[in-house]
Amino acid sequence: MERFHWVQHRCRTLLAGDSGRGWYSSPDGLPNKSALDTHCSPHRISGKRRMVFARHGPHQHDYETISKSYKGNAIRTTKYRLLTFIPMNLFQQFHRAANLYFLFLALLNWVPVVEAFQKEITMIPLLVVLTVIAIKDALEDYRRYLFDKKVNNNVVRVFSGKQKVYIDQCWKDVRVGDFVRLSCNEIIPADMLLLYSSDPRGVCYIETANLDGETNLKQRQVVSDHPLQGVEFSPETFHSRIECENPNNDLNRFRGYMEHSSGGRVGLHNSNLLLRSCTIRNTETVVGIVVYAGHDTKAMMNNSGPRYKRSQLEKRLNTDILWCVVLLVIMCLTAAVGHGFWLKNLKDPIFVTDVETPPTLAGFYVFWTMIIVLQVLIPISLYVSIEIVKLGQVYFIHNDLDFYNEQLDSRIQCRALNITEDLGQIQYLFSDKTGTLTENKMVFRCCSIYGVEYPHDENARRLEVYEAEKEKDKAAGQSVTLRSGCSGKSLSCRSLSCNRSSVSLHTLTAESGEEDDPRSNHIQTRTSAFCSRMAKEVVPDPELVKKLNWFCSSVLPLSEGSSTTSSSLELTYITDFFLALTICNSVVVSSASQPRHMVPEARTPLKSLEEIKLMFQRFSFSPFSALSTLSPPQIKGSPLSFTSRLFTRGKAGSFTISTTPSSTDGSEPGKDSYMETSNLRRKLDLSATGEGGNAGPVEKDIREDAIKDAKAQTVCGNGPKQDVETDSDSDTDDELLYEAESPDEAALVHAARAYRCTLRGRSAESLLVDLPGIGSLAVQLLHILPFDSNRKRMSVVVRHPLTGHVVVYTKGADSVIMDLAETPKGAEQAQEIYNHIREQTQKHLDSYAREGLRTLCIAKKVLEEEEYDVWLKGQLLAESSIENREELLLESAQRLETNLTLLGATGIVDRLQEDVPETIEALQRAGIKVWVLTGDKQETAINIAYACKLLRPNDQLLTANCGSKDACAAFLQELKLEVLQGQDSMTERTAAGTDGESSLGSMASFVLVINGQTLDWALQEELKSDFLELSRRCKAVICCRSTPLQKSQVVRLIRDELGVMTLAVGDGANDVSMIQMADVGIGISGQEGMQAVMSSDFAVSRFKHLSKLLLVHGHWCYSRLANMILYFIYKNVMFVNLLFWYQFFCGFSGSVMTNAWVLILFNLIFTSVPPLIYGVLDRDTPAETLMGLPELYQAAQASKVYIPHMFWVTVLDAFYQSLVCFFIPYLALAGSDVGVLSFGSPINASALLIILLHQVLESHTLTWIHVVVLLLSGGSYFGFVLLFSVSCVTCSPPTNPVGVETLQMSQPLFYIICAVTTVTALLPRMLFRALHNTLHRSAALKSSQMDKVASEEYRKRMQHWNLSHSRVNRLPVCADNPGLEPGLEPCTSSVVS
Amino acid sequence: MMASSYNAKEEDGHHSGAPAHGGAAAAAAKSKKPDNTAFKQQRLPAWQPILTAGTVLPAFFVIGLIFIPIGIGLFVTSNNIREFEIDYTGVDVDSPCYSCARNFSWNNTAPCLCSVDFTLEQPFESNVFMYYGLSNFYQNHRRYVKSRDDSQLYGDRSALTNPSKECEPYRMSDGQAIAPCGAIANSLFNDTLELYHIDSNGTRNTIPLVKKGIAWWTDKHVKFRNPGGNNNLTAAFRGTSKPVNWRKPVYDLDPSDPDNNGFINEDFIVWMRTAALPTFRKLYRIIQKKAVTTPTLPSGRYVLNISYNYPVLSFDGRKRMILSTISWMGGKNPFLGIAYITVGSICFFLGVVLLIIHHKYDTRNNSADIPN
Repeated sequence: MERFHWVQHRCRTLLAGDSGRGWYSSPDGLPNKSALDTHCSPHRISGKRRMVFARHGPHQHDYETISKSYKGNAIRTTKYRLLTFIPMNLFQQFHRAANLYFLFLALLNWVPVVEAFQKEITMIPLLVVLTVIAIKDALEDYRRYLFDKKVNNNVVRVFSGKQKVYIDQCWKDVRVGDFVRLSCNEIIPADMLLLYSSDPRGVCYIETANLDGETNLKQRQVVSDHPLQGVEFSPETFHSRIECENPNNDLNRFRGYMEHSSGGRVGLHNSNLLLRSCTIRNTETVVGIVVYAGHDTKAMMNNSGPRYKRSQLEKRLNTDILWCVVLLVIMCLTAAVGHGFWLKNLKDPIFVTDVETPPTLAGFYVFWTMIIVLQVLIPISLYVSIEIVKLGQVYFIHNDLDFYNEQLDSRIQCRALNITEDLGQIQYLFSDKTGTLTENKMVFRCCSIYGVEYPHDENARRLEVYEAEKEKDKAAGQSVTLRSGCSGKSLSCRSLSCNRSSVSLHTLTAESGEEDDPRSNHIQTRTSAFCSRMAKEVVPDPELVKKLNWFCSSVLPLSEGSSTTSSSLELTYITDFFLALTICNSVVVSSASQPRHMVPEARTPLKSLEEIKLMFQRFSFSPFSALSTLSPPQIKGSPLSFTSRLFTRGKAGSFTISTTPSSTDGSEPGKDSYMETSNLRRKLDLSATGEGGNAGPVEKDIREDAIKDAKAQTVCGNGPKQDVETDSDSDTDDELLYEAESPDEAALVHAARAYRCTLRGRSAESLLVDLPGIGSLAVQLLHILPFDSNRKRMSVVVRHPLTGHVVVYTKGADSVIMDLAETPKGAEQAQEIYNHIREQTQKHLDSYAREGLRTLCIAKKVLEEEEYDVWLKGQLLAESSIENREELLLESAQRLETNLTLLGATGIVDRLQEDVPETIEALQRAGIKVWVLTGDKQETAINIAYACKLLRPNDQLLTANCGSKDACAAFLQELKLEVLQGQDSMTERTAAGTDGESSLGSMASFVLVINGQTLDWALQEELKSDFLELSRRCKAVICCRSTPLQKSQVVRLIRDELGVMTLAVGDGANDVSMIQMADVGIGISGQEGMQAVMSSDFAVSRFKHLSKLLLVHGHWCYSRLANMILYFIYKNVMFVNLLFWYQFFCGFSGSVMTNAWVLILFNLIFTSVPPLIYGVLDRDTPAETLMGLPELYQAAQASKVYIPHMFWVTVLDAFYQSLVCFFIPYLALAGSDVGVLSFGSPINASALLIILLHQVLESHTLTWIHVVVLLLSGGSYFGFVLLFSVSCVTCSPPTNPVGVETLQMSQPLFYIICAVTTVTALLPRMLFRALHNTLHRSAALKSSQMDKVASEEYRKRMQHWNLSHSRVNRLPVCADNPGLEPGLEPCTSSVVS
Repeated sequence: MMASSYNAKEEDGHHSGAPAHGGAAAAAAKSKKPDNTAFKQQRLPAWQPILTAGTVLPAFFVIGLIFIPIGIGLFVTSNNIREFEIDYTGVDVDSPCYSCARNFSWNNTAPCLCSVDFTLEQPFESNVFMYYGLSNFYQNHRRYVKSRDDSQLYGDRSALTNPSKECEPYRMSDGQAIAPCGAIANSLFNDTLELYHIDSNGTRNTIPLVKKGIAWWTDKHVKFRNPGGNNNLTAAFRGTSKPVNWRKPVYDLDPSDPDNNGFINEDFIVWMRTAALPTFRKLYRIIQKKAVTTPTLPSGRYVLNISYNYPVLSFDGRKRMILSTISWMGGKNPFLGIAYITVGSICFFLGVVLLIIHHKYDTRNNSADIPN
C-alpha cells in the first residue's frame, strides 16, 4: 500500500508546484555546503526568533501570549479529513492530465450533436479510475491516520503545574514549554532542550536511527551552566527564558540562548537539543524542556515523500502517444471529410433524421463524435497500467532473495517507484570508491612514526589469511564455475589458500595441540563476527613492540643491537603517537558488562609515575637534548619495566586462558549474562593471537622478551599482586566496545589498543587511558575541535597526563597536516632530524597510498600556558556567540592548529567488498562504462581500480594532472590524439583476426585518471568537448581528489552532453549530489549513515547487488515494460481500427457495431489484465543466462525492443489485424440480413481472441498465472455479453443487445468466422517470429536455448581466457595489498594446469 | 550526523549535510528476509513458447489440414444453396415498375401496383426464404440507429405518450406522441410483395407466404410488446399518432391477427432490427415446403406482384426481391469457403517453406519447452 505513495506525491507535486522537489532543491544536498553558508536555507528567517517559557513557571502569562501560535505536539500526516475527503480527493485527481482527458470526453458526450454513446457510459472510465484511486488514497490515508493516532497517544511523563509532579500524558498533549522526563530507551516526543541528565557529566546519549538511520550513539550535553550532578532538576525553579531560532529542517543546527532571570545568558547549540523520534540510550533519566513540538520538530520538517522521476522510456512513450494523437486526428478527419462528402452526395434520404445540417457542419460534428468513439486510441489507461506494472516490478525487485543481506537484515529499498526500466538502460556508471567499492570497514594496517616505517607484516598476513579463507569458503561452498568471470580468480584463490594451509601447519607445529580447538571454532564463527574481529585484532609490529618495550624496560640499553637505532626522542614520538591515536577521537566507550554507560573509576596511577613525568618533561622542554641527558640508570628499576613485562606476559597469558576458559568466566559474576558474547569474543581473540603469533618471528621475540622480563620480575617485590591486577585488566579490556562516528577512528583506537594504549572511558572533562607501563591515567580533556570538512582534521586539546602541559593532538588528512607541520625553529640538528622525518613520512605516505591504503597524519603541538590562555579566550568567545558561531569556531580552530609537530602517519586498509571485481567485470561486459569518482588520492584510487579489475594489467593509463588551464587543454588534445592512434592500431589488430568473443578484454584500452584540479579545468566550457571526446574513448575514467560538486558536474556533463543514461552509486553524504544528478541514483546503505540512501532511487547494501539489479532486473523491467507498452498500443490500435473501418459502411456517421457497454468495457475489463501480467511476469531470458552473459544487457541498452520502428511495425501489424478482423466478417456477411449488433458480435469475439492469442505469441514465458488470466479475460467477455444479451431488455438503448449474442453463438457461422479471422490475423506475426528466430537467432535466444553442455564449453573458454590474461604482467604500481586484491595474485602455472 | 566528527569519508571531499529523512518507520521486529517462494523469486515453472521454424511448422500443417476440408465443405454447401434475386426498383424505362418509381409521392393514398415476371431455372427444394433487399440504404447511420424508443416498443405506457428525445424529429406530431416514434419506424418498408407461380398451362397459382416466424423469437416475445397486451389495440394506442410516413396507424398493421399487430407485427420487428451494412436484405416471408416429394418452388415462370409504396430512387437506392434457401451456415456466400481454402493452402505452403528452412538453418534439435 505504501507503494501507492507516488500517486499522492504526484498530486502533491502538481498541487504545490515546487514543494515536491524538496529533494532536488534542498541546498543541503549540495556540496561545499559548510558551516559557512548558514543563511541559504529557505526555512531560516533571520531576525525571527522563537521564545519559550516554562509552561508552569512564573512566566505563565507570557507563556500564554507567546505560545498560542506554537504548534502542539499532535501530528497529523493525513491529507484528508472525513468530510472533505470526496471534494478534496476529486480536486487533486483532476490535476492529472489523464483524468482531464476522460472528463473532456465525458463532457463532449453531453453535447447532443456529437453524442456517440449514452451519456452514462462515457463516464464509466472516468468513474472507474477516480474510484480506484480514491480508494487507494483513502486506504493510504487511513493507514496514516492510524499511525498518527498511535504516535499521538504514546505516553510520556510530563511535569504538571498543578500537581507538581511528572504525570503520564499523551504525546499529543505535550506543548512547547513543557518539561518532559524520559528514561533510558524511551523515544523523545518532541524537540527538547536537555536540562538535566542523570549522568554525572551531564551528557546523555541518543540513538538517531529513527531519524537518519545511523546506529551509533550521539552525545548530547546539558545546557552548560546547569548543575551537572547532585539534586534532580526541579521544574518549578526554572525561571529562564529561552530564545532560539524558528523551526527549521536542519538537523545539525540549532542556535539560541537561555536567559536567566538574573540576566545571564547561556548559548544553546545543537548538542543541547534532543530530537524527536530519537531514542535515549545509556542514560537513566533526562529532563528537557520542549522547544519545538509536533510539525515544528526537525524530524517532521525533514519528512518528505518518495521521489518522482520520469523514466527515459516514458519520455519516449510520450512521443509515441503523440503519434497516436496524430493517428486519431487523421482518422477523425477522414471520418469528418468522408461524412461531409457522403452527406453532400446524398439526395433526399428517408433514413436520415435531419437533413438540414450542412455537410461541413455535419462533418465537424462527426469529427468530435469520432474522437469519442475512437478515444481508446490514445492509451491514457496505459499510464495507469504502466504504474501498476511498475509497482509489480518493484514488488519483485523488493522481494528478490539475492538482494537480502543477512548481516544487516536488509533488503533492497526501492524508493523511486517509476524508473525500474531505466535500470535496463544504463550506459554510464559512476561509482564512489569508499564504502561503495570497498567495505568502509577500516582496519589498521601499518604506520610510520618518527620517519620509521613499521610495516606490520604480520598484520598484513593476517588480513591476507582472512581474505584467503573467505575465498576458500566461497570456492568450496558453491559454484564458482557458475560465475564465468570468476574462474581465474578462484584458481588464484586456491593458490592462496594453499599458502594459508601451510601457515596453519606452521601454527600446529609451533603451538601446542590445544590450538586446534579454537581454530575450528574460529572458522565456524568467522562468518558472523568476521568484520568486527578484523578491525579489532591488530597484530602489533614486532619492531614497534620492541621499541615500546625499550621505552618501558630498563634492562635494554638504548643502543642494543637492533637494526634501528632508537633514540629516546623516537620513543617519545612513539608514545605521543599512540596517545594521540587513543585520545584524538570522539569514540564512545561502552562496556559489554555494563549496559549503562559508566566511566570506570580512575585508578590511581602507579607510584613511579613521577619519574615518567620527569622524563616526559625533559623531552618536551628540550626534545633534542634529551638524547644526551637521558641515561639508562634513570629509567632503571622504574615500574615501566615491570609493566612492559606485564604487557608481554599478558600476551602469553591469553594463551593460558585458552586452556582453562571456564575458570576465568566464573571469576566475574557480572559477566554471566554476557557469557555468550564474551565466550565468542575470547575464542576469536585466541585464534587471532594464535594466528598472529604462529608464522613469524614475532612470537619468538615476544617470548624472549617475556623470558627476559620474567627474570627481571623476580627483582620486583610486589610482582604477583600486580600481575593479577593487570590480568583482570586485560579481561575487562576485552569487554570494551568502541562506538565511533567513523570507522577510521575505531580502527585507530583498536590499533592503539593492540599496543596496550587503551581508551577505557570518556567523560566530558577527562579521558581514561591505559598506557603500557604506566597503567590507567586520567587525561584532562580541555577541548575537542571536531572534524569538519574544511579543515579536514580534528584536534583534541588535553593537559598531558605526564608533563602537565597543554598539548594539542591533531589527526587529519595528510595533505593538510603536512602543510601545517612546520619545521620548528631551533637547532640545526633538530631541523635536520625533523626534515628527515617529514621526508620519510611523506615517502611512506606515498607508498601507503600506492598500496591503496587510506592515510592519516598524526601531529601534536605543545602549548605554552599563556598561549593557551589567549587562545582559550577566543574559543570561549566563539562558543558563546550566537551569530556566526560556526565561522568563529572554525577560525579559532585554525588559529590553534598551526606549527604542528609531525608524529607519524597511519595506513588503514579499506577492504574491497565481496565480488566487486566480478561485478565490475560483468558491468563492463554489459557495455556499461564504469567511472570511479573518489576523493581519495590518485595512487589509492588507481590501486583500488586495479584491485577491482576496473583497470586491467594491459590497459594504458592516461594520467592527467595539470597545473593550469592551458596546460590542461594541451594535454587533453595530446591524450586524445594518443587515444585515437591507439584505437586505430587496435582496430587493425582486431581486424587482423582475433576471435570476436574476447575482444572486449583482450583489447588493451585506455583508462583516464584525472585529478580534481584538472577536472575543474576540464569541466569548463571550452575544454568540455575535448574532455568528453577523450573520456568517451576511454574504457574507464577515474577521477580522484574530486569534490562532491565535481562528482555531480561530471555526471551532469556526461548525462546531458552525451545524452546517455547514467547511474550513480555511492554511500556517503558526499555522493548525494551525484546520486541526485544521475538518472538513476543508487545508495549503498553501509557505514556512512543514510543520506545517500535517502536521496537515492534504490538502496542496496552491497555493490555486488548492482550486477543483478542491472543485468537481470533492469533487463527484465525494461523488456517487460517495452513489450507491454507495444502490446498495449497494438491492442488499442487494433481494436479502434475495427470501429474505424466500419465508418466506411455507415456513411462516416460515427456508428459503432457494438454495444456501447462492451465497447467501453473491452478496454477496461476484458483486455486490461493480460498486459499487466505480461508487464509484470514476462521473462524474456532466464536470470542465470542474463547473469552469465552480461552482453545481453546491451541488447536492451540499444533499445532493440522499443525503438521507433518497432512502434510502427506494431501499429502496422495492428492495422493488418484489424483489417482482417473486420473484413473477413464483412465479406462473410455482406449482403445478408445481418443486423448491426449481429455483425459486431463475431468481430468483437475474434478481436478478443486475436488480442489474447497475440499476447501468447509475444510472451516469452507462460505460467499458470498467465493461463488463468487469459482464460478469465476471455471468459469474462463471453460471460458478460451472454448475460447482457439475456437480461438487458431496455437497459442499453439504442444498441439493444437482447438475444443477439445468444443467437449468434448458437450458429456455426459465428465460430467459422471467428476461426478463420483469428488464424489469418495472427499468421503473419507467427510466421515472422518463427522466421526471425530461425534465421537471425538473437543472442538472447541462443543463450536460452543453450543447453548445459554448451554453457560448460563456454565457461571453459572464459576460464581459459581469464587465465591467459591474468598472466600478463601487471603494472608495478600494483603493490601487494592482500586485503585489496584477492583476484590479482599471480597464478603460478602449476595452479593453472 | 549529529555532531560533526572526523569521518573516514570526509577525505573524499567536503562535507555535505544533506537533510536526513525523518520519521522512518520503526524497524520491524521480524526478519526482513524475503520469502523464498517460486512466485516471489520469479521462478514459477513456465512454458516458453519460442517460435522457430521447427516449432511452428506442425501448427501450419495442422491448420492447413483442418482448414482446407472445412473450406471445401463450406464451398460445397454454399454452392448447393439456391438463390434468386430480382431488382424491381424501376430505374430503367422498360422495367415494369418504372412509372411507379417515377410518380412516387408520400401523399398518394392509392398504392401503385406493378408486376415483374421471372423464371426460376432450377427448383428450390427446401424451405424458401423470401427477402426484400435495399441498397444504399444507411440503416446503420448513427442518428438513425438511435432514433427509436425501446421502452415504448416494450409496451411502456409512459414512454408511449412521452417518447424518448432520441426520436426527434419523429417524436411528436400534432401535439400527440408518435407511436412508434423515431426515424427507423418512420421509414418502415411498406411495399407488399406477392408471388405467383405460372404453371405450364398459364394459370397463376398463389404461392402461400407465411408472415409469421420471420422475426427473432427474443424480439417477438421479449423486446416488443404492445401496451396493455394485445387486446383492443385501438384503445391502447389512443392519444398517439401514426408515424408521418405511414399510411395506417400501428394498430392496423395486421388487423387480421392480434398476435401480429401493433408493435409485435413481425414485419415491423424485422425492420426495427437495423441492418449492419448499407446494402442489406431483410426477411419478408417464408415459403414452407409442402411435401417431401415436390420442390417448394419448382422451376418455371413466376410473377411478382408489387404494391410499390417505398421510394428509393431519391437516394439512388435499389429494391430487390430475393428468394433463397438456407443451410446450416446461413445464406449463399462462397466467400467463407474460398477464404478457408485459401488460408488453409497458404498455411500448408508456408509449412512446406518452413520445413525447408528448418532443415537448412535449424538443424539442431530445438524444443520449445525448456523447463525451468
